[in-house]
Amino acid sequence: MNKPLPAKAKVPLKQRTHNTLVYLRQHWQLYLIFMLPAFVLTIIFRYVPMGGVAIAFMDYNPFRGLWHSDWVGFEHFNRFLSSPDFMKYLMNTLKLSVFGLLWGFPAPILLAFLLNRILSSKIKQKVQLVLYMPNFISVIVLCGIVRILLSPTGMVNMFLGTNYNFMTMPQAFRTIYIASGIWQGAGWASIIYTAALSNASKDLKEAAVIDGANLIQQIKTVEWPAIKDTVLIQFIMAVGNIMSVGFEKAYALQTDLNMGASEIISTYVYKKGLLDGDYGFSTAVGLFNTVINIILLISMNTIVKKMNEGKGI
Amino acid sequence: MSVANTTVKKKKSEFAKYPAGDKTILIVAYVILGIFLAAIIVPILYIILASFIDPITLQNKGVTFDFSKWTTTAYSRVLGNQQIWVGFKNALIYSVLFTIISVVITLLAAYPMSRSDFRFKRFFNTVYVITMFFGGGLIPTYLLISDLGMLNTIWAILLPGAFSVWNMIIARTYYQGVPHDLEEAASIDGATEMVYFFKILLPVCTPIIATICMWQFVGMWNSYFDAMIYLNDVSKQPLQLVLRGILIQSQPEPGMVSDMQSTAARAQLAELLKYATIIISSLPLLIMYPFFQRYFDSGIMAGAVKG
Repeated sequence: MNKPLPAKAKVPLKQRTHNTLVYLRQHWQLYLIFMLPAFVLTIIFRYVPMGGVAIAFMDYNPFRGLWHSDWVGFEHFNRFLSSPDFMKYLMNTLKLSVFGLLWGFPAPILLAFLLNRILSSKIKQKVQLVLYMPNFISVIVLCGIVRILLSPTGMVNMFLGTNYNFMTMPQAFRTIYIASGIWQGAGWASIIYTAALSNASKDLKEAAVIDGANLIQQIKTVEWPAIKDTVLIQFIMAVGNIMSVGFEKAYALQTDLNMGASEIISTYVYKKGLLDGDYGFSTAVGLFNTVINIILLISMNTIVKKMNEGKGI
Repeated sequence: MSVANTTVKKKKSEFAKYPAGDKTILIVAYVILGIFLAAIIVPILYIILASFIDPITLQNKGVTFDFSKWTTTAYSRVLGNQQIWVGFKNALIYSVLFTIISVVITLLAAYPMSRSDFRFKRFFNTVYVITMFFGGGLIPTYLLISDLGMLNTIWAILLPGAFSVWNMIIARTYYQGVPHDLEEAASIDGATEMVYFFKILLPVCTPIIATICMWQFVGMWNSYFDAMIYLNDVSKQPLQLVLRGILIQSQPEPGMVSDMQSTAARAQLAELLKYATIIISSLPLLIMYPFFQRYFDSGIMAGAVKG
């Protein structure tokens, strides 16, 4: 047993080898087995299309391909920025997401506070089971439910004794979209806050109770500080996604008649690009959308950093 | 009986501990929560009931408890249709394969990223995080899939979204919470990274693995966009595309309503079929999900630690 130990075992993990080549030879598995599949997929399916963004500045012709199509500069951008339709779709997108954020963001936080008021953990669990359930319904089925409940002969009209066709009213679209979003997502989104609330210090809470703090004061001094950071992170992420309103749901709730409110940038990009074959134009619109999104995210992060003593994301 | 009594007593006493003002707040809280619960339960209950009503009655009166107007025709028509089953089968195949591929790739990639000594970590991190905020967009991605010859194949559904940076970050955070002693002990015993990863690390990470598996499975099962743009063959359609035809475009599968004589009768029946279709298609996930509930909190918490 006095054979020397294998070289690798002599180096404790924490002690860094300073020679990169030695490190790579010792830890080749980390690169070739663990990292390679993810890296290759990322390069092919995420970075190659980024190069394809060049199409936004081209008169792209599928038969001539990317390398032989003509450059047109900012022509596509000029075209959609000067079109009144585009401004309408941009506003539709913004309104849908800003109002969606205003109503949808506080809902799960409120739910978490409400859930925290339930005194029996058994009942709480059952309530949570019901609240989470709509999250497992697909977008298509959700929109199917919305459509049949709101149809002229559906539940809502039966209940009101009327026969409105809500799905054809542009003025009803945003309410339908946002309300159904809260219906489906608020319960599930509350999990993260419920978890943060359960981390609120029990001692602190007991101390507050002994000091005679009422519920409102307890929420202010113990519970809110416990979830403040989570709320902030969630808020930054929500704002960062403001321009990426989901295609799937908006498209499934669209009808020919509510298009005035329901046509948003992502559905427009899809129709222009894949249905009309206007590749360059559609890519330009999509790129414009991404750029706005990034600007929003960066400025949001800066503001939050300033407000929150240098803590951003 | 006695058990029920004691729990009631216990609850009462806990509620009684609160001062009067707080009791009012609690009651208001329960009422709001009750409204929210009702808003979820009532529509679902209505759809379940409506799916058993005779189509003409449903259109004129809505749900009725006159059981002579009840029928199971909607269920036999939907379940008797071939395309629904093709959809179920395809959705199951796509979701299972996607979950396996995606979870394996994501869990593997998260391991080096969780090690403090991993060389070029910053580089990889930057490469991955950029993709969370910037992408080529619809058309360039579509053209790439087309150039790769993947249009109308299962690979167009499985591969592009297989590596999830978000889930990688969550898994990485979870790995970092595992005590490092295990890793050092394994390294001193001469175990390779592969052995450590599969034999020691993964077995202690089941909550997060279960959570990510569930997210990926449910995500694939419920999505329709990729299938809509990449798959043309009817025989390859997943369930959600079949549902889209029935629920959104109001075009039931041909065999479902064709025996009806008048257009009006066909339309009424098509409307009824929607109710049954919603129930049938949602049932599998809604039955399965409570079994995953115990993983939710631990899994989500891991993801919540740092965005």
